[in-house]
Amino acid sequence: MPNQLRLTLMLGPALAVILLLFVGGVVVGLGQSLDYMPVIGLRVPTLRHYLAVLTDEGFRSALLLTLYISLVSTGLAMVLAVAAALLLRQNFYGHRLVTLIFQIPLPVPHMVAAAGFVLLLTQSGLLARLIYSVGWLTQPAQFPVLVFDRWNVATILVYVWKETPFIGLVVLAVLRGVSQEYEEMARTLGANPWQRFRYILLPLLMPGLVSTSVIVFAYTFGSFEVPLLLGQRYPNTLPVMAYRAYIDPDLQQRPTAMAIGMIITTIVIALLAVYRRYAQRRQHDGLLFR
Amino acid sequence: MHKFFRWLLIVGLVLGVLLPILPQFVWSFAYNWFFPSLLPQKWGWRAWLYLISPTAKVGEAWLNSASLALAVVILSVLIGLPAARALSLHHFRGKRVLEWLIMAPMIVPGLVVVMGIHILFIRYGLADTFAGVVLIHLVPALPYFILVMSGVFANYDTALEETARTLGANEWRTFWYITLPAIFPGLLIAALFTFLVSWSQYITTVLIGGGRIVTLPMVLFPFISASNHPNAAAISVVFILPAIVIFIFTARSLHQEASAMNGLGRL
Repeated sequence: MPNQLRLTLMLGPALAVILLLFVGGVVVGLGQSLDYMPVIGLRVPTLRHYLAVLTDEGFRSALLLTLYISLVSTGLAMVLAVAAALLLRQNFYGHRLVTLIFQIPLPVPHMVAAAGFVLLLTQSGLLARLIYSVGWLTQPAQFPVLVFDRWNVATILVYVWKETPFIGLVVLAVLRGVSQEYEEMARTLGANPWQRFRYILLPLLMPGLVSTSVIVFAYTFGSFEVPLLLGQRYPNTLPVMAYRAYIDPDLQQRPTAMAIGMIITTIVIALLAVYRRYAQRRQHDGLLFR
Repeated sequence: MHKFFRWLLIVGLVLGVLLPILPQFVWSFAYNWFFPSLLPQKWGWRAWLYLISPTAKVGEAWLNSASLALAVVILSVLIGLPAARALSLHHFRGKRVLEWLIMAPMIVPGLVVVMGIHILFIRYGLADTFAGVVLIHLVPALPYFILVMSGVFANYDTALEETARTLGANEWRTFWYITLPAIFPGLLIAALFTFLVSWSQYITTVLIGGGRIVTLPMVLFPFISASNHPNAAAISVVFILPAIVIFIFTARSLHQEASAMNGLGRL
């Protein structure tokens, strides 16, 4: 049994990194959003930047857009990930190659994926050319606008492409550990494939699926390179809005950037708290059932 | 599942993964490639010649990206390995709070953290330095490393270690001959994830590096926003090739080493 000192030594460095750099960053950002920076003589905190942000028309549309992009891309990635995992757990010719191909997006940076979807989806992109070669198009303008568009199709597709294998591999790891016996038993009892999936596999997949989806949702909610590259100038997502305020030559904009950043942080932390509560209840139920 | 349906799913999966990246290899060798041609009208080395020219700074950016990621991996292993072990093999007071704290940077966007801490980095001379960028990359990278490794340690049995110690092995020998071989496949995956987190960082490097530390995403970004397809494609290729090469070597252990992936499902 290790003593207190040993545990402190094991955890201390990691804790120091998180406290100094992460918590430090958030706390200093919070201070700046409140106009509270004692070092430069600002000692009276104020909520005016939050009030200004929250009553801003642009903020509301940015918030809705960010929620829309994260929800749709996470939802699509979850469905595709489960479908792919169900496919990849089967044995078929070329199974290992297909599994390898499925994992290719994992190491590809988001920015490279964004560049790829530009080449694929613009009105003179590869997809438009393929459709033209079949004869369904006569000029590029007939192809729908999918990049820099209102619906942020390209941004969503980049996220779906990137995150599906991330969720899929976790789901696949769970599926591999599931004994075939459950399904066999259900089959003997007359369960059809949908019922076997719905009542046997899905409950077993849920923990890993939800946990990775929370990570993915939070990531898409807070990342900004992809919507900055592929989205409209206005409206754009909350992180893009925060970033633009931060790099504004007018330094008065910085507290606004920090306020938006704190609102983003509050939303994702609230999501994590709800998730942890759900996870704990699940653990609790699990104990009851055992 | 019907054979035809399965075949359709496989084709869909393969096309869905490859269509967004394969054209980049072709575009990097394109001189002229106008609508509606499916292949370039004229091929050329222009993008690659630009890439190796000193003005492009791609070589420097590549080296910077690689050495940053390597430094981040080394620090993550040194700091994260004992922490992951403590979190999954020991029980102590305040463990839940600690787990919360360590996982929080996976959820809170790097943009928020870097905007806040920037002013401190400037004050303490870490802005515009290599060390400063390593430190800021550590914030998103370390939690990934710890999460994957805690999944590995959760399935780890310490009985062998005790046997080795009973037989007179000291701590170092026990670690080297017993612990390390047992966790090595998982460690490799954790290190790969950590490497990729640092390798893909954009905004943290831009703000803390202040333009002094130029990395691959920073040279790629302007070409995407300017729609310079051949140059963007060529930089994308050098950006993803090393990642894909390392990845193919580890992909097999990735789906064999279920415990490491389970770690990610344990948030």
